[in-house]
Order: sequence, then C-alpha cells, then structure tokens
Amino acid sequence: MLTNELLSLLIWVPIVGGIFILMFGSDKNVTQARVMALITSLISLVLCIPLYAHFNIDSYQMQFVENVMWIQAYNVHYHLGVDGISMPFVILTTFTTLVVVLTSWNAIKTKVSQYLAAFLIMQGMMIGMFCALDSILFYVFWEGMLIPIYISIGVWGSANRSYASIKFFLFTFAGSALMLIALLYLYFKTGSFYILDYYPLKLSMHEQVLIFIAFLAAFAVKVPMWPLHTWLPDAHTEAPAGGSVVLAALMLKMGVYGFLRFNLPITPDASHSLAWLMIVLSIIAIFYIAIVAIAQTDMKRLIAYSSVAHMGFATLGTFLIYIILANTGNYADAYMSLEGGMVQMISHAFSTGAMFVAIGMLYDQLHSRMIKDFGGVANSMPVFAALFMLFAMSNVGLPGTSGFVGEFMVILSAFKANFIVAFFAATTLIFAAAYTLWMYKRVFFGAIVNDRVAALKDIRGFDLWALSLLGLMVLVIGIYPEGLLRLFHASVGHLMQLATTTKI
Amino acid sequence: MTTTQIHLLCILIVMAPLVGSIIAGIFGRKIGRSGGHWVTILGVGIACVLSCILFYHFVILGAKPYNGNFYTWGISGRFNFAIGFLIDRLSASMMVVVTFVSLMVHIYSIGYMADDDGYQRFFSYMSLFTFAMLMLVMANNFLQVYFGWEGVGLVSYLLIGFWFNRDSANFGSLKAFLANRVGDFGFLLAIAAIIDYTGSLDYQQVFAAVPQLANTTMAVTAHTQWSVLTVISILLFIGAMGKSAQMPLHVWLPESMEGPTPISALIHAATMVTAGVFLIARVSPIVEYSTTALSVIIVIGSTSALFTGLIAIVQHDIKRVVAYSTLSQLGYMVAALGASAFAAGMFHLFTHAFFKALLFLAAGSVIIGMHHEQDMRKMGGLWRYMPITYVTFLIGALSLSAIPPFSGFYSKDLIIDAVHHSTIPGAGYAYYCVLFGGFVTALYIFRAFFMTFHTKEKFTPQVRKHLRESPLVVTVPLVLLAIPSIFLGMYLITPILSQTQNFFGQTITVKPSLNVLGEIATHYHGAFAKFYDAVFTLPFWFAIAGIIVPFVCYVLVPSLPSIITRYFAWIYRILVNKYGFDDFNQIFFVHGTRKLANSFYKFSDQKLVDDWMVNGSGRFINWVSKNARKLQTGYLFHYAFAMILGLLIFMLYLLV
Repeated sequence: MLTNELLSLLIWVPIVGGIFILMFGSDKNVTQARVMALITSLISLVLCIPLYAHFNIDSYQMQFVENVMWIQAYNVHYHLGVDGISMPFVILTTFTTLVVVLTSWNAIKTKVSQYLAAFLIMQGMMIGMFCALDSILFYVFWEGMLIPIYISIGVWGSANRSYASIKFFLFTFAGSALMLIALLYLYFKTGSFYILDYYPLKLSMHEQVLIFIAFLAAFAVKVPMWPLHTWLPDAHTEAPAGGSVVLAALMLKMGVYGFLRFNLPITPDASHSLAWLMIVLSIIAIFYIAIVAIAQTDMKRLIAYSSVAHMGFATLGTFLIYIILANTGNYADAYMSLEGGMVQMISHAFSTGAMFVAIGMLYDQLHSRMIKDFGGVANSMPVFAALFMLFAMSNVGLPGTSGFVGEFMVILSAFKANFIVAFFAATTLIFAAAYTLWMYKRVFFGAIVNDRVAALKDIRGFDLWALSLLGLMVLVIGIYPEGLLRLFHASVGHLMQLATTTKI
Repeated sequence: MTTTQIHLLCILIVMAPLVGSIIAGIFGRKIGRSGGHWVTILGVGIACVLSCILFYHFVILGAKPYNGNFYTWGISGRFNFAIGFLIDRLSASMMVVVTFVSLMVHIYSIGYMADDDGYQRFFSYMSLFTFAMLMLVMANNFLQVYFGWEGVGLVSYLLIGFWFNRDSANFGSLKAFLANRVGDFGFLLAIAAIIDYTGSLDYQQVFAAVPQLANTTMAVTAHTQWSVLTVISILLFIGAMGKSAQMPLHVWLPESMEGPTPISALIHAATMVTAGVFLIARVSPIVEYSTTALSVIIVIGSTSALFTGLIAIVQHDIKRVVAYSTLSQLGYMVAALGASAFAAGMFHLFTHAFFKALLFLAAGSVIIGMHHEQDMRKMGGLWRYMPITYVTFLIGALSLSAIPPFSGFYSKDLIIDAVHHSTIPGAGYAYYCVLFGGFVTALYIFRAFFMTFHTKEKFTPQVRKHLRESPLVVTVPLVLLAIPSIFLGMYLITPILSQTQNFFGQTITVKPSLNVLGEIATHYHGAFAKFYDAVFTLPFWFAIAGIIVPFVCYVLVPSLPSIITRYFAWIYRILVNKYGFDDFNQIFFVHGTRKLANSFYKFSDQKLVDDWMVNGSGRFINWVSKNARKLQTGYLFHYAFAMILGLLIFMLYLLV
C-alpha cells in the first residue's frame, strides 16, 4: 500500500514540514517550531522502517520505483528508486537530520524556525538526490540542496562566514556545471534522461575520458579530493554545528555516491585507465592530509582535515577494484574493497558527525574552537568526555567501533593490489591516533586551565540523547557490520559487473 | 563436556567481565563504591572459575581442541569474518593465568584505590581489560585477536592516563598508544598479507595453507622479491614488539608506570605485555618456516633482555626498577621464541605473570605504607614494619633471579639452555646476552630489595608513625600470588619438556630440525635432578653473584655505589639516559612530525593550494576583468579603431 509512494513521502514530508514551519513558526514561539521539526523528522525516521523491512537484499534491481512524466517536451521523468547502494544513505539522511534537530534545541537561539526549516528542506532534497533515477531530477536536487546549506553557513555561521559560504558555493557549483554538460551529452546520445539507460551505452575511450573528467570535477569537489579540498575546512569552521554535521555526514558522501552511480558504470574503461590517478589522489588524502591535520589549532579545522583523510579510504576502496581485478582476475577479491569504501562512508557520518556536534556543544558554552582555550574539560564534563572518547576512538579506527570496519577492509584489499599502497594507507593507524588523541589530551585531560572551563556544564537532555544515539550507531556498526554489509552485497556485485565490462 | 556446553562456557567467560564493566561504568554512581567492586569482582570471579573448568577439561583431561564460531561479523566477496573461540591447551592455560591474576588485582585494588575519586571507573576499566584480553586469548582468527589486541591497548591507554589531571600521566598514555600503534601498523599489514595469500583469517585454515606458501615470494617494491612467510612473520613480530615492548618500541612501558600500581601489575607486567609472546607462540606454524624471522626475533629479544635490564640498575623509583625488569624478562621470552623454544617462552610467561604481579603488588604495598613515596632512597629498613610484604617481595625477587627451586629458575634456565642449543644465526650472540642478563637481573632486583627493606631507615618520623603493614585485601593477594611463584615451575617443567604428554600438546608447531627443547629433554631427569644440578651450571653462579654484589654495595659498604658511578661516569650517563631512545624519538619523531605538519599546512596547503591555486584563480578573474574593463572606454573612435584593426588582420590572414 504505502510502498508505492514511500520514496516520495520520504522526500516531501520533510520539505512540506519545513515550509510549514517557515510559514507558521516565529521567534516568539520557539518551542512550537522545535516540536514541529522534531515530529517531522521522527515521522521521516518511522517511514524508513518499511523502507528497510520491505527492501529485498537479494536483488540488485531498483526498488520502490515511482515513475511519472514530468516535462514531456524533453522526456524528463519524475523517476525514483533505490538499490543497495542508495538505500542506506536515505536512512542515514533521516537519522542525521534527527540529530541536527535534537542538537539545535539548546544551540540555536535566533531565527530558530528558519534554521530548522532549512535543514528539513535539505533533508528532502538530499533524499531526492539519492533516489533520483532521472538525471535532470538528480541535477535539480543536487543543486537545490546547495541553497539551504549556503544559507545556513551564511546566516548562522561564525565570524568569517561570508567568505566561507561563497567559497563553498563557487567550488561546488563550478564542478556541477561540467557534470550538467556531461549529462546533456549523454541525453543526446540516448534520447533519455534515465540514468540506467546510460549503463549499456557504447562510448569510445575518448568520450569516456571526457565524461569521466566532467563527472570527476563535480564529485571530487564534494568528496573532497586533494587539491580541491580547501573549501571544506573553511566551510566547516564557519558553519553552525548542524551545518557541519550535514556537510560531514551527507554532503561529502554525495561525491563518492556520484562515482558509484555515474563514473564506474557509465565510463568503465576510463575509470580503469584513470584508476591509478584516483588511487594516488586518495593516498595523498590519507597520508598528507592526515599530517596536515596534526598542525591544526582549531578543533573544527582539525576534524575537517581528518574528514578529508578518512574520505580518502572511500575513494581508495572504490578505485582499487581495477587494480585488484587486474592482479587476480577474481570478482570476489574486489568486493571487499568497494564494500569497505562504502562502509567507511556510513561510519564516517556517525563518528565525524558526532565530533562536530560535540565541538558545537563546547562552542556554545565557551565561544571558542581553539584548542589552547581548553584543558581539563574531563573534570567538569565527565559524561561528555566519555562519549567524546568513543567518537575519538572510532576516528582512530579502533576495532569494535564503526571507524575500524571500512579502513580494515580497504587496507586488506589494498595489500592485494599493491604493497606500497597498503603501506601508506595503513599509516592512518599512526597519524589518526596522533592528531585525534593529541587533541583529546589537550582539550580534555590535564588540570582545569581557566575559570571558564571550570564553569562548563555537563551535557544532558536532548544533547545527551543525540550523542548517545550516535554512539550507539558507532558501536552497532563496529560490532556487527554485517547488518550493514548485507544491504550492499547484491548491488555491489552488479555494479562490479558494470564497472568492469568494457564499452568500447 | 559437549561442544554446546563448551560454547556456552566460552560466551559466559567473555561476557561476565564485560557486563560487570558496563554496570560499574555506566551505573557507577547508582551502585556506589562497594557495588562497583562487587559487581566487577563477581564478573571476573565467574570468568576465573569457568576458565579453570576449561583448563581441567582441555589440559588435564587432554580433550581435543574446540574451534567454534560465535557469530558472523561480516561477509564480503569470498571472505568470511567471524567472531569465535579456539580453546586448546595454549589458550586454556593462558585464560587461567589472565583471570586469576586479574581477580587478585581486583581484590587488591579495593585496598589500593580506597581513597580515589574514580573508584568505580577504575574497576570498570579493569574488567573491560579482562574482557579484551580474554577475547585476544580465546580468538580463533586474526580479526578477533586484533580486536582484543587493540582493546587491551585502549584500556591500557585509559588506565595509564587514569589520573588525567597529571601531565606526566597524559604524556605517558599518549606515548603508549602511539608506540603501540606503530606495532599495530605491522600487525595489520601482516593480517592483510595473511588474508591475501591464504584467503582466510581463521587460524586453522591459515595454518593449513602455510606449507604451500613455503616457496612463494612477493614483490615488496618493484624489484625486490621476499619470501611471503618471512614478510608475514616479521610483520607479525613488529606487532608483537609494540605490545611486548621490545627494543626499539619499548619506550612506552617505563612511562606506563604513571598509572595506578595495580594496573602496572595486571596490564604492564602479567598479561597485556605478554600478548606479543602469546601471539608468536600461537602463530608458530607460520614463524617456524622463516629462519630469517627467527633470527630477527632471537637477536631483538636477547638484546632487549640484557640492555633494558642494565637500565634497571640505575633507577631509584621502585616501580621503574620493576618496569625495566619486565622489559628484560619479556626479552627473555622473545629470545626463547626465536630459538623455536615456544613452550619455554610460554612457560616463562606463566611463571613471570605470577612473580612479577607479586613484585608489583608488593611494591605497591610498600608505596601505600610510604604514603605514595616511590623513591627508594627515601626508604630502608622496612622489613621491621611490613613483614608480609617483605617476605613476599623476597619470594618474588628470588623467583625473578632464577634461584632454584623457585618458579623463575625452571623457566629462565630452560630459556638460557634453549638459546644455547639453538643453531640459527644470531643464537651465539643471544646466548651471551641472556647469560649475562641473569647476573644483571639478580643485581637490580636485590639492589631494590636491600635499598627498600634493609639498610638504614631514611624516612621522616612522621612517616614512621603511620608506617604499618597493609590491610588484608592487599596482603591476601600477595600470599596467593607467592604460592605459584614458588611452586609452579617445578610442577610444570616436566610436562613442558615431556615428549609424550606435552603440556601444550599439538598446539605449538616446531620443525624437527629446530627442536631445541626435544634435544634438552633427552638430558632431563626430573625437576629435582635439575635442582641439584643447578650448582654445576653457569647461570646459577651468575645469579648468586648478582645477589652478592648489591649486598656488598648497599648493606656492607654503603659508600661503594657512589664511587662506582664516579669511576664509570660515562656508562652511568648512558644508562640514565636510557641509551638516548627517548631523546631521539622526541627530537626526530615528535618534533620532526610537528615541523613537517606545520610546513605542509602553512606552505603547501595554505599557500600553494589555497592561496595560489584557489584564491589565485579568483584573483586572476578579478585581474582579467579589471583590465578588460579598461577596454570598455565608451569612446566611439576607440571602438571604430578596433574594428578597423580587426578587419585588417582578418584580411591579411585571408591573403597569406
């Protein structure tokens, strides 16, 4: 009954809820807006239950498909559907928005209803982007979501917010323009905007390389891959806590999702021949960016760089498959690399998202993000310190937390591809521990450094709920990753077929 | 017992301490201090009793090993990752050691931590440690062993930094974590190599696949080919070097003494630091195939055994002496592994767990008595005030010094013998190290013993007023640990050497050509004969000399030590500076990495990428538009001139 419109509901319930809040909410009655936002995000989360329950994990086909004509003249459809690759991200998006709503309760005091509305509308667009099977629809959602995040940084951000928001906008928009050209080229070749129609399309190597690069421009900015990463630390530091969470947990994932949905299946031969470039860029992210993170003095900046380094594993896992297949010729060997990269994306959302939330909580009380202003926080906020330790350990990649799973699978696969790649990928063990725990030591341990730290209050209420939920997810994925992996298997298998079948 | 019963027992054994830890950790405030220690002691107590049942079943009755999976952690492609248990003679005996020492330390901590604010947190951490250590020991695959491995590392980090208001503790904990991570880096690559070449992480499947890899090589770089098994063995050993604190990754262990003393006993002496030794014994079927790896192991182990022992001679902090002693004894165990005498290494691991925990807890008892004073130069004559501590420390010291018939004698003597018999490259050097190390061992521990318990009292009258024997919760564990420190060796030596009813049975693999223990067994005539014959062996007289020298130096002629340090000032300085490892690491790795990080950030990231490329492109557009704007003058004759010029160029182009 519901399953036919489920994806539409997931997209439009938050958007309608957001518009509703925008219309009726006001700064005079803040609680009303907050409760409405909470109810909207809870409804979205409840809608995810049938999505998960009715999802057939044995099929790689698109499920919950909806297809309606949208613009007849250009054959544009309102075409939705999810497979094992996009479905987890839909759930992740609703979960993340719930966290954002919960943590805004104490943090946001001005223009509350507009803030909540921005994030709810963003949630709807994000889900639309993950579900879209029509490339114009995809593009609309992809660009549409820039507006709320741009506004959220520009309005609720800190001192240098206008520089950061414009930098962010120009960076991502410039990349997307090239993607649009590639999509139009594919439309003229096939006469269709249906993404899956592009998969069997024969393309010459020359065409493939150009299309690959056009997509790369859009996606590499989002991931972000070195050297297109410098917008991220700026955007993160200036964004409000909720904005940082959405950036880290969801926006960055759009880039790798794009690789999986467009680059690998549409341009397999170009992906193959450019795999080494992608691997080298990923290794630069993992090794060089991790070292850069050590030098940071601003907590949010540090986590932002750590984010780039961790996303390096997602792109590394994605493009390693070509090297592994060339070495062993066995599909089964390459699974782990791709699935590891995908787990890394999901896991990164929880641990890094949680750290941004947590730093936001510190910022609300002390109005500083600089490491040197803190010290001995564990004395005044023991519960908070314990939870932060959990997220720090996930960031470090400790087994039993979600952060371990993806890195472990990718490093194991990397060894199959090349010893040197595995060697550099494994340096994350040392560098991630160095920057994360050194920061933890300076912020949380030691004697209380000043009166303001002594006056910090430990978290409770919605803040505690939000962090506990994130902590729970970190542990669940760390202890039983198969619960997540099983969703991937069928779709990853199919993707691997597409990604390795030559099209020339 | 049926396999379902064993499976259930295994789950109970790992879960009991975990549940205790969670209750004490999360509901610590609700259940109060006594609730905190009761719930954790109950959990560890259950684990200990059930481990004894398994020990009886597998070691005494000699049941076949049990290998069963608990749940599937993940499946990806053709790889299947499981969480499961392998219970055999090796793991069952290790489980008893871990849970017994853990139980003793839990009880002891009631007394030692009595005044601490973080009481429940402390017990929660200790039980969590026990859980992680059991996961490590009971694992049937490399994924789970890595989980336990990192888990014990985490708890060790948390406990070294337990008093997080002290900067030294925070420094020590971070250093410990990072040094361990360097080891784990090797371990993880080893796991990657194992799954790459054998297709599985399950111990039994991996070991079954190993013989076919004997002649396989892999490309380390484009032009270097190395034997796969050598690479795997050495990478695994790098992991073991981190956790078992072998040179040059030993630097974290002395710093770990910043944690509470019960932790030093449990984690940094008896159990966690021996995990590396356990791991190498567990993977003996792999390591045995690589003589190169065995050579590396024996050389590093014996070097650590001697040279870290030498540092202990110049320490004044009673805990640091015992800590350096642990480093040295770990070196002995590792040297035994290198000599293919895995059983001897494990044997010394068992006896060491008891006598070293005993020494640490006795030292802790002294520290309680002295009101948290650890400097031995401010002690002296304590035997009069703390008789139980005195006697138990003496038992521990004798056992450590390998004086027959104490436990340490049998295990250490076996190691020295094994290294002597070994024929692999490096064994000759190793033999002199471990032999002379015996003298050094007795020297440092009896130096500490005489300085603490004998000689003149050097403390203030106020201290004397409160100086008394520690409470029962402290002394009872001391006595209980003293018993195996005396007797365990003579009971175990026969089964360890037995060729028919061997203590470890088939769990340890030794190549016939490298079987030094088999060779030693042919000259073995029982524990008592070994005891009598000790007088005719070199190690015995080295140990005796090691006791006499400090007796002369500290009790008979107390002015002697300062004269010796003056004459051998340069040696003294080298030892006090610990061969410069700490300074080197600090300058080269810590400052070096920070410098590199800063220059990467400031120059390549901020300047090159962000300023030149990113903002530079913005500036470039600005510049272009500014100049392009100049062309738009608005004067008609400028535009007309440009049109004519363009027309001329165009025509010229057409003509030519």
